[in-house]
Amino acid sequence: MSTLAHVGAGASGAPTSPSPEPAKKSRLAYLLLLPGAVWLLVFFVIPLVQLFTVSLQSQFPGYPGYYYRDVNVGNYWRAFTDFGPHFGRSLLFAGLATFFAFCLAYPLAYAMAFKAGKWRGVMMILVIAPFFTSFILRTVAWRQILADEGPVATTLNTLHLLPGGRITETWMAVVAGLTYNFLPFMVLPIYASLERADHRIIEAGGDLYANGFTTFRTVTLPMSMPGVLAGTLLTFIPAAGDYVNAELLGSDNTKMVGNVIESQFFRVLGGFPTAAALSFTLMAIILALVFVYVRKFGTEELL
Amino acid sequence: MIRRRPPSDPAVAGLVKAASRSAFSRRHLLGGVGLGLGATALSACAPPAPPATAAALNLPTDVSDTDKVVRWANWTAYLDYDEEAKNYPTLQGFIEQTGIQATYSEDIEDNDAYYNKVRPQLIAGQDIGRDIFTFTDWMAGRVIREQLCQPLELIRMPNATNLLEPLKDVSFDPGRTHSLTWQSGFAGIGYNKEKVGRELKSLDDLWADDLKGKVVVLSEFRDTVGCILLHQGVDISKPVGKQQFETAVAEVEKRMADGNIRRIKGNSYLEDLKTGNAVAGIVWSGDLFVLRAETEDENWEFVIPESGGTLWSDNLMVPITSTHRRNAETLMNYYYQPEVAAQVAAYVNYICPVVGAQEVLAQSDPDLAESPFIFPSADYIAEHNITGFSALSAEADAEFSAIWQKVMGN
Repeated sequence: MSTLAHVGAGASGAPTSPSPEPAKKSRLAYLLLLPGAVWLLVFFVIPLVQLFTVSLQSQFPGYPGYYYRDVNVGNYWRAFTDFGPHFGRSLLFAGLATFFAFCLAYPLAYAMAFKAGKWRGVMMILVIAPFFTSFILRTVAWRQILADEGPVATTLNTLHLLPGGRITETWMAVVAGLTYNFLPFMVLPIYASLERADHRIIEAGGDLYANGFTTFRTVTLPMSMPGVLAGTLLTFIPAAGDYVNAELLGSDNTKMVGNVIESQFFRVLGGFPTAAALSFTLMAIILALVFVYVRKFGTEELL
Repeated sequence: MIRRRPPSDPAVAGLVKAASRSAFSRRHLLGGVGLGLGATALSACAPPAPPATAAALNLPTDVSDTDKVVRWANWTAYLDYDEEAKNYPTLQGFIEQTGIQATYSEDIEDNDAYYNKVRPQLIAGQDIGRDIFTFTDWMAGRVIREQLCQPLELIRMPNATNLLEPLKDVSFDPGRTHSLTWQSGFAGIGYNKEKVGRELKSLDDLWADDLKGKVVVLSEFRDTVGCILLHQGVDISKPVGKQQFETAVAEVEKRMADGNIRRIKGNSYLEDLKTGNAVAGIVWSGDLFVLRAETEDENWEFVIPESGGTLWSDNLMVPITSTHRRNAETLMNYYYQPEVAAQVAAYVNYICPVVGAQEVLAQSDPDLAESPFIFPSADYIAEHNITGFSALSAEADAEFSAIWQKVMGN
C-alpha cells in the first residue's frame, strides 16, 4: 500500500502542463498536497523511522523485554535465517492467491464491462457487498463452511478428492481464503480499465479480420493492462503481509511472515527488534519484487 | 530466537555503560528530536537503563475517597451475566452496596497480548484506564517481578482470609501480597464420548490412530507441555529444566508431524469441537461445561489424565498506575464473601477459591456444590495428581515461550 501511496503523491505533486501563472498555481498545488503530506508524515514516515530504530535495538542480557539503542544488524540476519520458510510461504501463497484471483476476476470484470447490460449495477454491488461485513468475520465464516463436517469437505471426501481428508488447517484453505478476501481488489481495477476502453478500437479488430481470440490478445488485454497491474499489486502486497487467513484457516506449519511478526511483537518477550526487522525485510522484498514487476509490465498510464 | 546468556557481570556492566553513553550521542539526540512523537507512542522500546531491582515503589496518590470509580479488565465469560437485564448481578450488587461505580470490560483474551498491550504504558507511568486486571499465575508472576502492579493492603480486605488454604502462599507471589485469586481451573483431556466411541483416560489414548487430525491442544504451554511433562513423570511443581521442557516439546512436535495434533489453539478450540473439526484435546475444565450447556450434548466429557493434570489460577491485581487502589480492594473484598462467590461459581463453572461458597451453594444447588470441578477436595487433587506449573525465572520464562512459539510455527 505504501508504494502506491508514494506513487499517488508523487504523481499529483508534479504539475504537468505549463500554466500562465506558474507560481500561484504551484502554491495551490502544494496547499492541496499539505493534508496528505502531513498525514503521510505523521502516520507513515515517523512510525517507519521509529520501527527502523527498533529493528536495530539490542536486548539487555538477563532482562528479557528491555532494550537499548544500538546498531544490531544481527537482528536482520536472524530474522532472515530463522524465518526463511515463512518468507517463502508468504510469497508463494500471495503469488498463488494473486494468480487465482486474476483467473477469477478477469472474466468477471470482462462480463461486467461488456456483457452485463442492465445487470451491471447488480454485479457491481455483489462484488462490493462483502466489504459490508468485517474481514475477520467473513474468514471465520469460511472456517464453518469448510469444516470437516461441513458441506464442502464431506462432498469432496465422498468423491475421494481430498487427500488429507480435510480442508481447514491446510495450505489450500489459506490460499483459498487469501484469494477470496482480495478478489474485489482485483476485479475493480480491471473492470475500471475495461470499462474505459474504447469499444470502437475493439470492433476495429474484427473489421481487420482478426478472430475473437486475436482481438482479445492484441487489443483488449493490452488496453486493460493498467487495471491488471493495479489489481495484481493490490492483491499481492496485502496478501503477502496478511496473517489473518493463515491464523484462522491454516495450521501451525502454514504460518506466514505476518504471523511471526505478530507473535514476535505480542507473544515473545523481547521479540520487538526481531519483529521490526522482519517487517522491514518483508517490506524490502516486496518493494524489490514490485519494482521489477512494474518495470517489466508497467505502462505509461499507471506511472 | 537465540538469546545470548550474559557471560558475566562485567559484560553486563559494559553494556549498560555503552547504552548510557549512546544516550548522549548525537545520533540519539537527532533521533530523539525527529522521533519525539513515535518514541512517546512506543516508549517501551528504548528504556534508558535496565530496571533497578531494588528500586522503591513509586505509588500514585490514591483518590478512591473522592473519585468513587473502579475499572476492571477481565477475560470473556468470567462473571455472572444476566441476559435479560443486560448486566452483571453481583457487580450491580456491589455498586448498590458501596456506591462505587464499577465498570467491567472483557478486555483480556490472551495473557501475552494483553500484557504486551499495557506494559509500555505502565512502564511509562501512564494510566491504562483500568484499576484491576486479571492474569494467569505465570503472567502475574512476571507482572509482579517487573513491578507493574501495586501491593495490596490485606488489612482492607478482611474477607481475603476466605482464600483457599493451598492458594494462600504461591510460588509467584509469596505471601499473596500483590494478587488475589479470581478463579482457578484444571487442564486435562476433553472429548466427545459419542464421537470418539470410547473412554479416553490417558494422553496415550489421545494419540490413537483413529483420532489422527482430530485432536487440538492448548496454546498455553504451561497446560499442554505441563500435561505432557506429568505424563513423562516430571514433577512440574518444581522448576522445570530446559532439557525436560525440550523433551516434552519434542513429543508435541512428533505428534504434530505424525498428524495426531491438528492445531495448537487458544480459546477458539471450542469452535473446532463444535464444528467437528476436532473431537478431543487438551482443554480447560470450565469450557467443557459451557460446551455441554451450549450444544445441549451430554457427551462432552472432561477428565484428568491418569498421569495428572495442571491447575492454574487467574489473579486480580492492581496496575501500578491506578489511582483507585482502595476501591479495587473494596471490590476484591466484596467478591470474597461466600454468598457472592457462590453466585459467580454457579455461572462460570470454574474452581471457586472462596471458603464457604460451597456451603452457600449447597442450599440452592446441591449437585453443583458437589462438583469436583468447582469445589475439588484436597483428596481429589492429590488422588488425580493435579499440580500447578511452577513459576519460572525471568530468563527461563522468556526462553520457554520463545521455544513454544517456534513449535506453533511462529
